[in-house]
Amino acid sequence: MSKATFRIWRGNSDDAQFVDYDTEVSEGMVVLDAVHRIQAEQANDMAVRWNCKAGKCGSCSAEINGQPKLMCMTRLDTVPLDAPVTVEPMRAFPIIKDLVADVSWNFKVKERMKPFAPRPPDAEDGTWRMEQEDIDHVQEFRKCIECFLCQDVCHVLRDHKLHDEFIGPRFLVYAASLEMHPIDTENRLEELKNSDGIGYCNITKCCTKVCPEHITITDNAIIPLKERVVDEFYDPIKKLFRVFSR
Amino acid sequence: MSSYETHEYDVLIIGAGGAGLRAAIEAAVGDLKVGLVCKSLLGKAHTVMAEGGVAAALANVDERDSWRVHFADTMRGGQYLSNARMAELHAQESPDRVRELEAWGALFDRTQDGGILQRNFGGHQYPRLAHVGDRTGLEMIRALQDHGIHQGIEVHMENTVVSLLKTGDRISGAFGYEREKGRFKVFTAKAVVLATGGAGKAYKVTSNSWEYTGDGHALAYHAGAELIDMEFVQFHPTGMVWPPSVRGILVTEGVRGEGGILTNSEGTRFMFDDIPELYVNQTADNPEEGWRYTQGDREARRPPELLTRDHVARCIVREVQEGRGSPHGGVFLDIAWIKEKIPNAAEHIRRKLPSMYHQFRELANIDITAEPMEVGPTTHYIMGGIRVDPDSQMTAVPGLFAAGECAAGLHGANRLGGNSLSDLLVFGKRAGEYAAQFAMENGAVPIDESEIDTIAAHTLKPFENPQTDGNDNNTGPYDIQAQLQEKMQELVGIARSQESLTQAIEEIQNLREKAENVHAIGNREYNAGWHTALDLDCLLTASEAIALAALERKASIGAHSRDDFPEKEESGAGKYNTIIKKTDDGEMLVRREPIDELRADLQEIIDEMG
Repeated sequence: MSKATFRIWRGNSDDAQFVDYDTEVSEGMVVLDAVHRIQAEQANDMAVRWNCKAGKCGSCSAEINGQPKLMCMTRLDTVPLDAPVTVEPMRAFPIIKDLVADVSWNFKVKERMKPFAPRPPDAEDGTWRMEQEDIDHVQEFRKCIECFLCQDVCHVLRDHKLHDEFIGPRFLVYAASLEMHPIDTENRLEELKNSDGIGYCNITKCCTKVCPEHITITDNAIIPLKERVVDEFYDPIKKLFRVFSR
Repeated sequence: MSSYETHEYDVLIIGAGGAGLRAAIEAAVGDLKVGLVCKSLLGKAHTVMAEGGVAAALANVDERDSWRVHFADTMRGGQYLSNARMAELHAQESPDRVRELEAWGALFDRTQDGGILQRNFGGHQYPRLAHVGDRTGLEMIRALQDHGIHQGIEVHMENTVVSLLKTGDRISGAFGYEREKGRFKVFTAKAVVLATGGAGKAYKVTSNSWEYTGDGHALAYHAGAELIDMEFVQFHPTGMVWPPSVRGILVTEGVRGEGGILTNSEGTRFMFDDIPELYVNQTADNPEEGWRYTQGDREARRPPELLTRDHVARCIVREVQEGRGSPHGGVFLDIAWIKEKIPNAAEHIRRKLPSMYHQFRELANIDITAEPMEVGPTTHYIMGGIRVDPDSQMTAVPGLFAAGECAAGLHGANRLGGNSLSDLLVFGKRAGEYAAQFAMENGAVPIDESEIDTIAAHTLKPFENPQTDGNDNNTGPYDIQAQLQEKMQELVGIARSQESLTQAIEEIQNLREKAENVHAIGNREYNAGWHTALDLDCLLTASEAIALAALERKASIGAHSRDDFPEKEESGAGKYNTIIKKTDDGEMLVRREPIDELRADLQEIIDEMG
């Protein structure tokens, strides 16, 4: 056993600062283990979200030494322990307390998006036929654990605070999972262009880099959606067609 | 007079995992006002952790499958202590419940002809588990969540219910707090559905998160409902054992379903050495046949690694105890060996078991495509729970319903893998449907205000208790919780005896006294210590019920093993369930109830299936 220092953000939206805690660390520990140990031994009232502790639920998102990560999947042997390890809440959202950010905006965004609308079933028993290769991409998008780390790192949200005009990478992935779903019939391109603000994304791929599920957010979800939007609204022939069909 | 917000509903659902979400969706079908309380954020409940699949006799992969075979498999797996009517309904209805998820956007892995693919799992005679790689639970909860948010359900995220409210005999609502500011909420309701999941946090080595503190079990028990077969706690045979901080995290049974084998330090596939009588006819007697089974050979019988979880867990414990364990106190689970059998094995493993590959690489520095994993039993699931009517899911308290892991009856002495995801769909829907019906047929009842003041005062007590108990003993919540977990692990674990259980009950009583004086520091704002303190009562109630029922059952059957009573049945006792109820003077009392003879047509199915 050796000791390490964790510099943890403590406080609420009115008053908060980093507080240093020394704690024992041992082989195989992850950041969440250290935070739990500090919570149990030194700071009972510390707020931290977590559930599965196995990278499957996406609850324990935080910024570790400034990097958006899941605390449960960040091994201490990947973090330098000779200096204090900073742990703070996701900064793209308002803070509730300590390591807990107010992520409620994300749930509201999803609610206003057009839901899945399947075509009539293919078979009499009410089921559909889909080829595995046609759903591979959508299954990739549906691996998302809604940790919102991609939202946290996105400069449109984090730096420019355009939460009212841009839905962020998570919900572009969600839109892609619906738009590319082989049996979905809804069209979401107009919303993507306007209220969802897909144009704000300038493909810096920061979201892809932080995704703990390794979803290729930019290449597989956002760029194809951008192309669909361009085809729909900026294709000169379609544009002409729209003028005449009015 | 304490201050609180009031929210009025026709139906209130407590718990937002698969069962709670499914119940809420069903209850909201008409124009009833439905409230859904979840302890965490929406979509984070333990359903998300389920890996292997959802059991449904779709017969997409093997047309010999049917609800009758699924029914017989479930009854056999539960050692015939299951409620047969629940097992019947479950087997009949789960195919429709799974298909319905596709209409809500779920995307299961596909067969060659584009249908839902199904995989093998322990105790299931045919490939029966619809799945998405090894993240089936995530797919299910997301499909339910994304559909549910458009059904007009009011969701209270990060809220915890600490007490149910009754008016006379009937349920009238619930009292709880919201996490952010610690403010109180009163929910009035004509019907309440409990869907709070399990109680695995009572043990030290567990795959369960902080939420699983037996809330529903305790809420129902205190409200006057009965608990049934609480001694049956499932220790999943394969949890991670190294490094120490990940001990208990689940390793899906899907690894064995895809051909993974269990070996000891001598390299022996020890599962071949001990095949129970009930399963001899269905189990391969050589490795080659077992391998063929996992690759879909319909004439082959299943390898012994896919015997029921209770049995596999016991065999692993035996290997470790007899000195044939792995370096960190488990045994080896090897999927990498399949490279002897198939080309591109590494890629195949990564595609079939992506999250297992990820989990071991990230947390243990192990590449499962190249080397074996170390695994050992972990507390995973409780078969016992709130006793419900098999058709309606109503408890003994009028207007109070329960579904999913916190309810009981389907799984008997041991649950088959894949039967919990189907359980929560089938009985979540039924609970929602019958709760809605109850709400429509019965008007609202006023809540008892005076009761609320008492509960509110009790909820704030941890802030008023002194920091030490006068003998310089720490009275912090984490300390008490850790002591309980140690004792439950040691005394009420896989191997139990009269002595260990009697001692456990004493220890639980002592800890209950400590919990009365538990101290919380800080204020009411998102205070994890206070929340842990409040969860202690539920955890202690569930623990006591488990220990008491385990003491009552003087036999070793399914997940319940008594060193002092190794036989499966007590002489002359017949088959029975253990029932726990709170007496009028507040004592926890256990009794036995004989299990009725099976309906003739169901008995016929069992006889026919062998």
